[in-house]
Amino acid sequence: MNILVVGLSHKTAPVEIREKVAFAPTAMEKPLRRMLALPAVTEGVIVSTCNRVELYATSRDVEAATAQLKRFLAEYHGLAADVLAPHLYDLSGPDAIRHVFRVASSLDSMVIGEPQILGQIKTAYGYACDYKTSGVILNRFLHKAFSVAKRVRTETQIASNAVSVSFAAVELARKIFDTLTDKTVLLIGAGEMCELAARHFVTNGVAQVLVTNRTYERAVKLAQEFNGKPILFENFADNLHRVDIVLASTGAPNYVLHQRQVEEVIKQRRHKPMFFIDIAVPRDIDPKINDVDNCYLYDVDDLQGVVQSNLKERHKEAKKAEAIVEEEIGQFHQWMSGLDVVPTIVALRKRFDEIRQAELEKTFANLKDLDGKERQAIEAMAQAIINKALHQPITVLKSAQNNAAGDGYVEALRTLFNLPPVAGENAETERAKIDEM
Amino acid sequence: MSANILLFKCALLIYLAATVLYLGDILFRRVQLGKAARWVLIGGFVVHSAVLVGRFIAAGHTPVTNLHESLSFSAWTLVGIYLLFDARYKLAVIGAFITPLALILMFFGGATFTGVGEIDPILRSWWFPVHVLLAFLGNAMFTLAFAVSVMYLLQERMLKNKKLSGLFYRLPALSTLDEINYRCLTFGFPLMTMGIITGAVWANSAWGGYWRWDPKETWALITWFLYAALLHGRLTAGWRGRRAAIFSIIGFLCLLFSYLGVNFLLPTEHDFK
Repeated sequence: MNILVVGLSHKTAPVEIREKVAFAPTAMEKPLRRMLALPAVTEGVIVSTCNRVELYATSRDVEAATAQLKRFLAEYHGLAADVLAPHLYDLSGPDAIRHVFRVASSLDSMVIGEPQILGQIKTAYGYACDYKTSGVILNRFLHKAFSVAKRVRTETQIASNAVSVSFAAVELARKIFDTLTDKTVLLIGAGEMCELAARHFVTNGVAQVLVTNRTYERAVKLAQEFNGKPILFENFADNLHRVDIVLASTGAPNYVLHQRQVEEVIKQRRHKPMFFIDIAVPRDIDPKINDVDNCYLYDVDDLQGVVQSNLKERHKEAKKAEAIVEEEIGQFHQWMSGLDVVPTIVALRKRFDEIRQAELEKTFANLKDLDGKERQAIEAMAQAIINKALHQPITVLKSAQNNAAGDGYVEALRTLFNLPPVAGENAETERAKIDEM
Repeated sequence: MSANILLFKCALLIYLAATVLYLGDILFRRVQLGKAARWVLIGGFVVHSAVLVGRFIAAGHTPVTNLHESLSFSAWTLVGIYLLFDARYKLAVIGAFITPLALILMFFGGATFTGVGEIDPILRSWWFPVHVLLAFLGNAMFTLAFAVSVMYLLQERMLKNKKLSGLFYRLPALSTLDEINYRCLTFGFPLMTMGIITGAVWANSAWGGYWRWDPKETWALITWFLYAALLHGRLTAGWRGRRAAIFSIIGFLCLLFSYLGVNFLLPTEHDFK
């Protein structure tokens, strides 16, 4: 049995193509059922996000299934196959496993380490479970993908640094103040980015929010949103000494905060540090304030720079994550090959047992005057021959289930002895249970 | 005594392993290494304690009578104090700054290894272990303060220049570093003060005078005044952060001179025999 992936993503297809093949999240039953109806496909899951559309399937015949899945994707959305073809990728075996592990761990995302993709795959898998299009292999496969993603998240710092300007500001504040729970934020002006950053600060537990605006009514309105306190614009400087974090984004053409002011304030504060975030263009805060001891000033470009550094860190962490993924592929692939080996051994024994039974009956029909003891001896001999003959191939097969040769042996035995296809479900569920113990 | 040097080398090697693990943690951002390093360091500390206890039993007095013993004891108090702080703050990155210092002390301690010998009868006093222990614990506190001060300056520079290197992500928040720096001062200063006082009392009983302006005493006093000024600045003028860190570093350099420099450059009663 093989796992395969057919799909396209932000890396291979522009949004004009992606939007055409996206599946509506509210109506997944029909496509899932149609996918499962494809002759070569035994299990199926459809992942559809704004950045990727992917079909996960299992099949005995990789080539046929790949072709059918590609045709399905095009036909379902009423597209010509050759329109999609250049954007599609298809993977099978360890490559497919690697791909899905990487996608779930957010290593294939546009912004590496973004957390949404895992939830999106979980939702997609949920639909497949609801409509029972996912079976033993994909169940186990996706659970494994989730656990790999979790390992990546806990063992690397892939998602630990902000990649948005507004959240980078919060992280910087943490590097200055450690905890924010006793800190006061002052909002000057009401730009969109400023509000977003303020919201981040609030969810990260700042003690108090003060809001000031040239139009007092707007300050009042915004303050209500953050459960904060409005301040008259003319008076805001008098409150500076109580403020630890200043977020500024006014439309003012000149600085609203000057170095001398801050020097006074910092003395008043007994040098307790202050963090200034200037999101306005043109800037609101005199850049010289960064030179004042215990004051830290970041403007939009500085924050962008921090985001860039953070992304670099994420890429470094991604290398560790790739190593984790590789490790887990091996383990999962081993399980997959074991899946085929055990039923093959059972089928092989059964086939030989049938031959033994048939031949014994023929022999006993000719030799009617044998007594019970002699019959037993002949039966035992036949059994012994089979056991001896099968011992070596079964030993080799068992030991090969842990490496790539296993698949080849299974295929060879099935062809040579004309073994029936793996009845699958039962043997596989058993195997899955055994492995989970 | 050969068992003693073997055990000492053993402790040195374990400290080396802990140092490598701590540095691995901050260089490659592998948190597991830092966690392992803590246990390795605790192991090294236990072995090192056995070395000191062994010497104490063999010599019958506190083993801080020559250069080797003094360096070894310094390293021991430094690691011990670090482990105490580590239990509270759990910051492996501080370990990456502290363990190399302990390792340097141990290396020189190993190079100057001497067996247990006869000691000056003056040292056979109960004041001796009390004076030495207080002084060395104070030194260890100030060494830790020095390490977090260096870390503070590095972190502050990255925050001011907005050039974030890999170290930025590993170093803790400025306020945490400043807090540890302050704590070290509040513990270290009383320890140092009592170390000086017990020394004076002991000097009075041994030499018949509290203060003889021995170079060691003079430099200890200079260092004491520096730290006193820092504590005063912190309490009354709200000194903190960068200024406190720089003061802490200057104080430590003074301390280092009065601990080692004095012995090699100036004649003193506190010599390592």
